[in-house]
Amino acid sequence: MNTHHHILSVKNCSIIFGTLLIFTVLTVAAAHVDFGYFNFPLAMLIATIKASLVVFYFMGLKFDSNENRVIFFSSFIFLAIFIALSFSDFLFRKPDTYVPHNEIFNAKKFSSEKAPNH
Amino acid sequence: MAAWKKLFENSTRLTLFIIRERLVMSHTQTTSGKHHFAHHFKDAHHEFDSCKVGMWLFLLQEVLFFAPLFVAYALFRSTHPEAFLEASHLLNWKLGAFNTAVLISSSFTMALGVNAAQRGLHKKTVKYLALTILFSVIFLVVKYFEYTHKIHAGLLPAGMFSHPVEHEKTPLFFSIYFMMTGLHGIHVLIGIGLIFWIMMRAKKEEFGPEYFTPVELVGLYWHFVDLVWIYLFPLLYLIR
Repeated sequence: MNTHHHILSVKNCSIIFGTLLIFTVLTVAAAHVDFGYFNFPLAMLIATIKASLVVFYFMGLKFDSNENRVIFFSSFIFLAIFIALSFSDFLFRKPDTYVPHNEIFNAKKFSSEKAPNH
Repeated sequence: MAAWKKLFENSTRLTLFIIRERLVMSHTQTTSGKHHFAHHFKDAHHEFDSCKVGMWLFLLQEVLFFAPLFVAYALFRSTHPEAFLEASHLLNWKLGAFNTAVLISSSFTMALGVNAAQRGLHKKTVKYLALTILFSVIFLVVKYFEYTHKIHAGLLPAGMFSHPVEHEKTPLFFSIYFMMTGLHGIHVLIGIGLIFWIMMRAKKEEFGPEYFTPVELVGLYWHFVDLVWIYLFPLLYLIR
């Protein structure tokens, strides 16, 4: 009856498993070599390769219909928006510069003459 | 008074009917041996596909569920890199790597379990699901040792931190560490419960080529849990 769903063979499962273990060793090895600024992107790249293997083969997304792929990967679009907006706020924050209303005329940053003492 | 009693009785009857329909009717075999699917679907394959879409929608939610913790990590690591560097060195990367291998193995045995259920190999299904639970329990045991070591060393979240460190913001890492691994650990625990449930059903030989939907869906959930850990490991343990 169910002829068009895909069964991942035992052999292919084992190949994916072996590849995942190899990439885990790679993750650890790469962390102990100093690539400077590239350490973090490299670690994320290897993690994404491992994640892709799990998602596409073990979770069967490679052999599935398009709708499930769209559903899953659309969540990362929202994650990207979340990160982008959070960073655009957080990274540009400055130390607190609150000035009480009655001292506005004394505050240096609102004064036109940049006097050293007030 | 009689009307309220009647309403209550009929509501109970209806609820029990719906529960029985969902639990029993979906996996009883008809005389021809075919899986009995719910009436509003075109065929059993349509029912399976719809169930799978539901599961993927849930996994979409799960990504967003973990998202705030990852964003918090990203924000604080980018603004306090030295503190995170120092904190990561206080974690045991060997235990983390071992746990990664354990979870990947559990994903492998889960995939083999789904494969066995799809082919109607009942004993193999039970065996692989049992192995998956074993690996998950090993994972939690290792996490128990990691947590108890941190509690003894004073490496605790938020204001409970009492370990001598160089940087002022190092305790922040441990707040994030405990939240992320803790939430992930709760997901592992729930997964163990789910896998145990379908293992019991597989023992009763309820799954075969005609019907293996619960095994498939729990498999998807379990692979997602593995996915989260695949990202957690380098982010927490391997900051160098």
